[in-house]
Parts: sequence; C-alpha cells; structure tokens
Amino acid sequence: MYSPKTEAELAEIVASANGPLSVRGGNTRGMAGRGTPLDLSGLSGIETYEPGALTLVVRAGTPLEQVEAALAAEGQRLAFEPADYRGLLGTDGTPTIGGVFAAGISGPRRIAVGAARDFALGVRFVDGTGRVVKNGGRVMKNVTGYDLVKLQCGARGSLGVLTEIALKVLPVPETAASVMLLGQSPEGAVQAMARALGSPFEVTGAAYSPCGLDGTPVTALRVEGFAGSVSYRAAQLAGLFPEAEVQVEDYPAKVAAGWAMIRDCKTLQGVEGDIWRLSVKPSDAPAVLQSLAPQHYLLDWAGGLIWAAVPAGTDVRAAMHVPGHATRVRGAGPGPQVHPADAGVARLEAGLRAQFDPRGLFSAQLTEV
Amino acid sequence: MEMPTPDAAILARKARVVARLSEVLPAGAVISDPAETRAYECDALTAYKCPPLAAVLPSSTEEVAAVLRVCHVEGVPVVPRGAGTSLAGGALPTADCVILGVARMNAVLETNYPDRYVRVQTGRTNLSVTGAVESEGFFYAPDPSSQLACAIAGNIAMNSGGAHCLKYGVTTNNLLGVTLVTMEGEVIEIGGAHLDPAGLDLLGLICGSEGQLGVVTEATLRILPKPEGARPVLMGFDDVEVAGACVSDIIKAGVLPVAIEFMDRLCIQTCENFAKAGYPDCEALLIVEVEGSDAEIDDQLSRIIEIAKRHKPVELRESASAEESAAIWLGRKSAFGAMGQVGDYMCLDGTIPVSELPYVLRRISEMSEQYGLAVGNVFHAGDGNMHPLILFDANKPGDLQLCEAFGADVLKLCVEVGGCLTGEHGVGIEKRDLMSVQYAPEDLDMQMAVKDVFDPAWLLNPAKVFPLRASASRRMAAE
Repeated sequence: MYSPKTEAELAEIVASANGPLSVRGGNTRGMAGRGTPLDLSGLSGIETYEPGALTLVVRAGTPLEQVEAALAAEGQRLAFEPADYRGLLGTDGTPTIGGVFAAGISGPRRIAVGAARDFALGVRFVDGTGRVVKNGGRVMKNVTGYDLVKLQCGARGSLGVLTEIALKVLPVPETAASVMLLGQSPEGAVQAMARALGSPFEVTGAAYSPCGLDGTPVTALRVEGFAGSVSYRAAQLAGLFPEAEVQVEDYPAKVAAGWAMIRDCKTLQGVEGDIWRLSVKPSDAPAVLQSLAPQHYLLDWAGGLIWAAVPAGTDVRAAMHVPGHATRVRGAGPGPQVHPADAGVARLEAGLRAQFDPRGLFSAQLTEV
Repeated sequence: MEMPTPDAAILARKARVVARLSEVLPAGAVISDPAETRAYECDALTAYKCPPLAAVLPSSTEEVAAVLRVCHVEGVPVVPRGAGTSLAGGALPTADCVILGVARMNAVLETNYPDRYVRVQTGRTNLSVTGAVESEGFFYAPDPSSQLACAIAGNIAMNSGGAHCLKYGVTTNNLLGVTLVTMEGEVIEIGGAHLDPAGLDLLGLICGSEGQLGVVTEATLRILPKPEGARPVLMGFDDVEVAGACVSDIIKAGVLPVAIEFMDRLCIQTCENFAKAGYPDCEALLIVEVEGSDAEIDDQLSRIIEIAKRHKPVELRESASAEESAAIWLGRKSAFGAMGQVGDYMCLDGTIPVSELPYVLRRISEMSEQYGLAVGNVFHAGDGNMHPLILFDANKPGDLQLCEAFGADVLKLCVEVGGCLTGEHGVGIEKRDLMSVQYAPEDLDMQMAVKDVFDPAWLLNPAKVFPLRASASRRMAAE
C-alpha cells in the first residue's frame, strides 16, 4: 500500500511502479481496480478558497464533507450536488473530492446547472510515467489549449492520478420548494417533467419515484432562490398541472432531505440484485422501463437518468433498445461495468489511454475488481 | 507572426490535389482560382493574410469525409473554417493548405422540445439556431458578440462564450453531441441527446480544440426556455477599483445576474459619442442584468442596488421598460464598433480571478502610459473575462508590433495573477507563442499527445495553438 503525502512523492511512486496501481480516495464508489493500493487521503487540504470569485482549489484526497463544510461557512456549495454512494454500494470509507471528479458524480441539479465536469476549472495530475501535468486554471472562462480538465473528469482514474482540482462554486439560494405531483404513471411523469423544464420557472430538480411517499408514485419538481421567487415559481409550476393531485413542500429542511434521498438513491439502497445507471434521452425512459421491467427504479434528470435494480446478472444493455448507455454501479457482471464504446470512439479512447498511461498502470480501474 | 514554410512539394502538386478534390465534390464546391481563394486568406484577425492552396465547400458529412480522405492521402494540411469570424486567427490558412469551409452546411436536422435539444449542421450561424426554436419559446444560450455571423462550427472549435455565460455557461456547457470526421475520413458519433458520456468525455475534449482534432459537421445543442423577462440596471462609479469591489459583492450575495458588463472611462466616452446612450461621465460603468417575472426582477434589482449603494455610485439607473433597457444596452452593444471608429484596435481576451480586477486594471493603465498606446476596457466582469482594446495606427510603421508587445505583456499579467491567456476567443496564432507562459513543457506535451491520437500526421490546422518550436518535431516527423 502506497500512501504519498505530497504530489512529488506520488509522482515518484508512479514513476517507479512496475505493476498495476489501485488508485483510491475514500474507496466508496467501487472504482478502484486490481493492483497495489495507492491511497490518496494523504494529499488533503484546501489550497485557496475565494468566495468572492466563486472558486476553490483543493487537493484531491480532501474529504468531501470538509469541502462542503468550508463552503457552507461562506453560504456556498457544490452546485452539481454530488451523490454519496455508500448507502447504495455498502461501502464505508470517506468520500473525497478527487473521487467525485474522477467518477464524474452529479446529482439532481445536473439538469439545471451542469455536471461535475462543468464545475471543474483546472486539474493537476500525475500521468502514467510519473510526470506532473496541469491543465486549465482557476478562472471561470478559459479556452487556452485543450480541455484536459473535462477529459479527466469521469475518466475513473484511467488517465492519471488527480492531485488537485480547481472548481467553481455557487451561493446557496435563500430557500427552496418542491412541487409534487402524486400518483402519476412513468409516462405521465416524464411528460410532466418535460413541461416543467420547458417552462421559464427554472426547475433545478425533476425526479420520479414509483414508490415515493408511502408507496404513492411521486413526481418531484424543485425550485430554488429568494423566498418571493420560490413561492411564485412553485405556484406557477403547480398551475401547469390542473388535472394532477399536487402538493407543495416549502419547509427547507424537508425539501433538502427529499432531494438528498433522490440524490443518494435511498429507495434503492438495500434492494437485492444489481444496480444500474442508464443515461438516455428523457422521453425514451418509459420505453426502457417497459422493456427492462426493473424490480425497483428511480428516474432523475427528468427521465434522462434511470437508476434500476435488476436481478443479478441481468444484461441491461440488451434490453435498452434506445441510444444512450448503461453503467453497472453494483454487481458482478457478466460484462464490463462501463458501457462498451462504438469502434471509432473505442479506438480514440484506447489511443488516449496509451498516451496518458503507456504502461497500463491504471487500466485496471476500468475493469472489475 | 511566424508561420511554417509552405511545403513546396504540395504547392507543386496543386493541380493534382484540386483534381482529386473535384472528383469527390459536386461542381462549384472546389475553389482554386487565386482570385477566388483570396476570399479565404484571413479571418477576423485581419493583420495576417495568406491565400490557401484551395478552398472546398462540402454540403454533407459524407462530402467532408471524402475531402479529408483525399487530403490525408495527399498529405495536404486542412484548415477548417466556420464563418471566418475568429479574432485569434483560428482559420488563417497556409499557402499549402486546403480550407474546409462548412458554410453550406446550415440545415436544422432535428428539433425536440420535450427533450430540449436541437441538432444542426455546424455551418449554421449561432443566432439562427435560436431563430429555429424561438417560435416555441426556446433559445440557444451562448451568445458571442459575433452571433449574427459566426457559425456553430467555430463556436465549438473555440468554445465560445458571450455576455450571458455568467448564468448559462459557454459552448461546452451547452453541447450535447457532435458528429466528428477525423483526418482519415472516419465519421464518429460522440454524445447525443442523453447527458454524460459512457466512457471518456471526448465531447469536452473536442470542444475548444480549435479544429485540430477533427471536423465537427453536426452538433446536438441544448436549448432552454426563454425567461419571462429581463431588465438591467446601470451604475456609474468614480473609481475603477470600487466598481470591481461592487462586482465581487454582487456575486457573493447570491443574486445570479445573467450578465455583469464593465466599461472604463475611455469606452464610456467613446460609446457615448458614438451611440448617444446617455451614459454618465464617470470612471467606470457596470451594467447588471437579471431575469425572471416582473416582481422577481424588481426584487433582484433592489438587492443589487442595495449592494451598489454601499459603494457610493455616482449614477444608478434602473430600467423600468423595454425602451430604457435598450438605452442602457445601446452603448455597450456598440462598444466594438465605436472603438473601431476611433482607430485600429487589438482586442485581448485574458481572464483573471475577479478579485484581481482592480490590480490588473491599474497595471494595464500604467502599461498604457509606458507603451504610449491608449487602452479601453470593456468586458464581462462577472467571470473575469477581460477585453482590453489596445488602440494603434495600422498605417504607422512599427505600431502593430508595439501593440502586440503591449498585448503580450497584458496577457502575461493575466497569467501571473492566476488567470489565463484566453477566455473565449481561442489561441489560434495570436496567442500561440505565449502558451509557454501559461503552461510548462510537459503540460503542452500532454496536449500535443492528444493531437497525436486524433491526427497522427498533424495535418489538421497544424500551425495553431502550440508554439511552433514546441510542435516542430511532431509536425516534421509526420511529413
């Protein structure tokens, strides 16, 4: 087990490694592959935090809760709402900011503000030869050279070890409310979410649970902002659905708790079988559900993200029949965790991996443990 | 600006290259007469010109692929071109290159309102993407100031921004998928109507790669419902630093304006003389715009004005109507034209941490005195994306070089305070040789290694982005 305390130590470890490395932050997201464990928790701490510029520079091994606490103290937050996978995967480590970006984890607010990758302004990483490379910076707009920041986000550590991330943060709005439509079918829910997102009322969450409140299906729409704006928008949204049974929740703690449940897939935690995450065009979601017939599921991103629990070993990809992709988040297979790419993309991905990691030290990050 | 020596062997083979291109394209799509290729000799960075070997105007992805296969086999460099509005020389030809213009590819391929996207051919202009969806109440958010003319292809190549990206993000945040044709002529689909990639974020990599990794022929773009309304407030300050501090306070307060625009004295006066917008006589002016219903706008503007008052503004003008809004925006929107009437200018694009605004503005004004060249500052203050306009006289020998040296010093300053060389215009040739100010050799090497994967022969727009010396061995090896 390697536990570097500095970026230079890490670079040396990678340069002299002669076999696969199993890179991990808190090891809570099921990404670490085979190989000698390389623990990044020693590369921890906030480098710079400028609330007035909405930017934070942080070492990759910093616990997520430490980042969130520092931001909360200034009334700011990670707007892309990263999920906690521990409940879903039954892991018990400490999630790190590096893990969030390596895995490209974004929650319900992704549909309104963007994904983790949209908030990443700069990175430092150690490539597979032990070189320290930086890309991007710490400003909001930057088109100087290729965007390797986005390339590293969601690469699951296969293109190098992240050591530092510069990110954009946003103020926490004054308040929030959830508009809930009760008793809808998945088709009705997806249509309702599309209508809400097509309105000017700036919906920052649109999710559907078939077993939401006490077993009643719930379509949840979230609005956030100043109090006057939130009550106005919640009322306007509710008014879009005169035929539906509507409830508005505007007690902030309850709104937050509800969306944390969606973000962390609370209703799927503890369910038997494999857990999959499908990314599709929202209006395709009902057809996918019908074809897949999962035991339990949750729709986020207005239907564009399907969390599905299926019997162990189910070939979810074969049941998709629509464009998009499926990642196995929990379960042993068969087949790879990450959706296999088409030939052209696969060739480019392989080429990039050969450049960033010529000795294949990190390639096990992409296969099963 | 140094450019690689054209390959004499390619120049000698012009007739053959043109003949082969004509075999794969319809009549009228290959331009090789020197009188006509001159139309492609430069983009909006007009200080540099060079007619290409030939220009081609394909009409489909298949034709683009056919062109690239020919050029790949012939070993001819290709410079992709959208509408030719690059301020960085992104579409500047070399004498031995083929310009691949996508202007004829401007169709809307699909609109999908429930899933909120539009798929277009990339020769379509930015503004006409919004034009295609606005009847249904939607718009495409990135709005570079050239949006009437610029093409989506160039927006993707440069990852273009605009005045409203403080709220809506830049091109990369609004791009869902592309059809990419590689230099070998292979057609690759990346992304689509779903969010997030399955594997590596190739979409994020391609956006902003300045036409060096492939030619993007079709794009799936995120569209958004139009806000109920929008209204600005104009504020004047006696001191540039105070205006900068006000920007920072507004951002911290949790109001998310859709735009915060800044102008300094020179720009205020020039725009006032030009547009008669009724701007106050002061050192710095901010235009802050918010969106929402009328009541929401009132609420947000009153919060912003509350903050501004703490900074003792000399003028506060809240728009109460569409006419007043137009008057407030009039001067700002004519800034580049107005400055152009005063003289020739070079527009910089460095971005800095917002907290460094006062210091950087002071340094720029000191440098302006040292160089003896006037500078006007007009920029997107909310995200630190500066646009110093350095005035010079193109007819005065040595003035352009002086202006470029001044510009380089400003960009070095941007990097020094933690910023970058370019926020939304791109590197092109303009900032190519400054890349090593921002990036160490290994950082540039990693980026060039990416090009090695997509374009091993270094034929796509090869003389851009990377300092010529840094890319020399790769370009030579590939020849």
